[in-house]
Amino acid sequence: KLHDSSFEGYMLDVPDLAFNTNKQTLLQMYKDMVIVRRMEMACDALYKAKKIRGFCHLSVGQEAIAVGIENAITHKDSVITSYRCHGFTYMRGASVKAILAELMGKRSGVSFGKGGSMHLFAPGFYGGNGIVGAQVPLGAGLAFAHQYKNEDACSFTLYGDGASNQGQVFESYNMAKLWNLPVVFACENNKYGMGTAASRSSAITDYYKRGQYIPGLKVNGMDILAVYQASKFAKEWCISGKGPLVLEYETYRYGGHSMSDPGTTYRTRDEIQHMRSKNDPIAGLKLHLLELGIATEAEIKAYDKSARKYVDEQVALADAAAPPEPKLSILFEDVYVKGTETPTLRGRIPEDTWDFQKNDFANRT
Amino acid sequence: KTMTVREALNSAMAEELDRDDDVFIIGEEVAQYNGAYKVTKGLLDRFGERRVVDTPITEYGFTGLAIGAALKGLKPIVEFMSFNFSMQAIDHVVNSAAKTHYMSGGTQKCQVVFRGPNGSAVGVAAQHSQDYSAWYGSIPGLKVLVPYSAEDARGLLKAAIRDPNPVVFLENELLYGESFEVSEEALSPDFTLPYKAKIEREGTDISIVTYTRNVQFSLEAAEILSKQYGINAEVINLRSIRPLDVEAIINTVKKTNHLITVESTFPSFGVGSEIIAQVMESEAFDHLDAPVRRVTGADVPTPYAKELEDFAFPDPDTIVRAVKEVLAVE
Repeated sequence: KLHDSSFEGYMLDVPDLAFNTNKQTLLQMYKDMVIVRRMEMACDALYKAKKIRGFCHLSVGQEAIAVGIENAITHKDSVITSYRCHGFTYMRGASVKAILAELMGKRSGVSFGKGGSMHLFAPGFYGGNGIVGAQVPLGAGLAFAHQYKNEDACSFTLYGDGASNQGQVFESYNMAKLWNLPVVFACENNKYGMGTAASRSSAITDYYKRGQYIPGLKVNGMDILAVYQASKFAKEWCISGKGPLVLEYETYRYGGHSMSDPGTTYRTRDEIQHMRSKNDPIAGLKLHLLELGIATEAEIKAYDKSARKYVDEQVALADAAAPPEPKLSILFEDVYVKGTETPTLRGRIPEDTWDFQKNDFANRT
Repeated sequence: KTMTVREALNSAMAEELDRDDDVFIIGEEVAQYNGAYKVTKGLLDRFGERRVVDTPITEYGFTGLAIGAALKGLKPIVEFMSFNFSMQAIDHVVNSAAKTHYMSGGTQKCQVVFRGPNGSAVGVAAQHSQDYSAWYGSIPGLKVLVPYSAEDARGLLKAAIRDPNPVVFLENELLYGESFEVSEEALSPDFTLPYKAKIEREGTDISIVTYTRNVQFSLEAAEILSKQYGINAEVINLRSIRPLDVEAIINTVKKTNHLITVESTFPSFGVGSEIIAQVMESEAFDHLDAPVRRVTGADVPTPYAKELEDFAFPDPDTIVRAVKEVLAVE
């Protein structure tokens, strides 16, 4: 049974606080959260070792959301999110190795080294999108396709409290409600959009109410069981034909916005420390596992150890993998679908222009 | 048989909707209103509201939504009531549609057509009179088509709808009602055109490289040049901005040794600028007997009053003037 404060509803009856699940599911969720956290910590280390370039946004503290949602849905459903996407990509089925290889710009990465940290994809997972809020109409479009194909499936469309003020979010709410699309607008409210506190960006911070004419549900996003139950509820809501739903997962990002942000100028260390020690999703599930007698302290230690070992091995494999060969044929591939390219694409000088028909340089003899 | 451009576009879409259930049309006023310019007339009655979808006036949202549907395997035709309004959605066209296939290492396709009237109409002033061919033409990942005749419209639109890449399809409102001869072949439901330039008028003295409505003005100019000056101009209808048929441009320059470009974009960083750069970077440069001239839109927001608007875009007389300059004809 979930804590009484797990949910708050807007124009709906909140899900049951009591529900049945099995040991196997709970253990798997624990293992998955630990792996996601270890993977994010590996990213942190690899970034500091200068093996990851550019931007890198970590979800440490927010693991319950990716893991909880995936356990509540099936592979028929769609997921799309912002650039804070590593955990979702793993939960949708990509290996830690392929994710880290992508971050390190390796050819064996999920996007073959073309996307990087912000542009990860997997079957049923549509990125990994770098423009804040742009994934929201895309996610409504995934739901449109589910409805068009008459599938019993829905789209989980994630965005942050920062993105929630984008006009296109409201445009998407409007069309989703008009057309009764099976889309879960899932706001991960981690309290800060970059360094701007929710209350400084949003005229109301009850993100679950911001669909106005769309019912909403606020969920304790630091409790994976609440996330799981709410996500199952949302999926059932959508596929039973009730149309869209707005979920707000109240969560917290332990680290900065990105690797270049220490995350301490706009919030206090006490606040971070408080969230980590009192609300951590992994520690929370661990306590449940112990209380319910599903696992012993020793068994959990063993899980943690094996997760660490597994991620360390995957890091080593990703690190050892080869980057793309520095060849212009690889530079130019994937701009268009193979076989339907424009005849040529230009390099930096005309002599570097690539001819797809010749599969060679256009102007070199 | 003759056909208007509007009929050509309408029949092309109807046939593709018939051919593939994954194709659908989405945009403002495309269904019950029969299209702001009646290009989608009758399609709602024939295909129903699942396939022909009226949207609220929210370009950013519905363009993103259509692209999301494309990521999941549908093949949307997005109608912009005017490409001027696509500015509201250009982030999705560029960032969500054009780049996703590349960013995903080729794992995520996005088959979608963005179509609608582009460029200047008459008397609608600055916010409704801009040509976006240079803007979209600069983006890798997009293809950009610019039909002139009814045959162009049918063949290129059907090719675009079947193209697994995102395609921007720039029509011209003032051509919708124009009638053109169409071949028997072009009436076939299997008719598609490659994205190649077409020689609309063979000539020997100078090449006029142009697209969309300016093909018409260039053909009129060619007649004037022939009658009044004995100049035999070749008129090239590009049909496609991206890919740009550079080979056709090189070939015509080799033949006539003189070139002008005609377009209705703003002059700076326009299609003509690109054509000239391509000529400079190719063997065509060696075949030029005079510098290339551009005929473009004027470097101003489009004015409303006719007396001023007439100076803002190419017309046959201006094209004739440019040709005379290049050929040093008095």
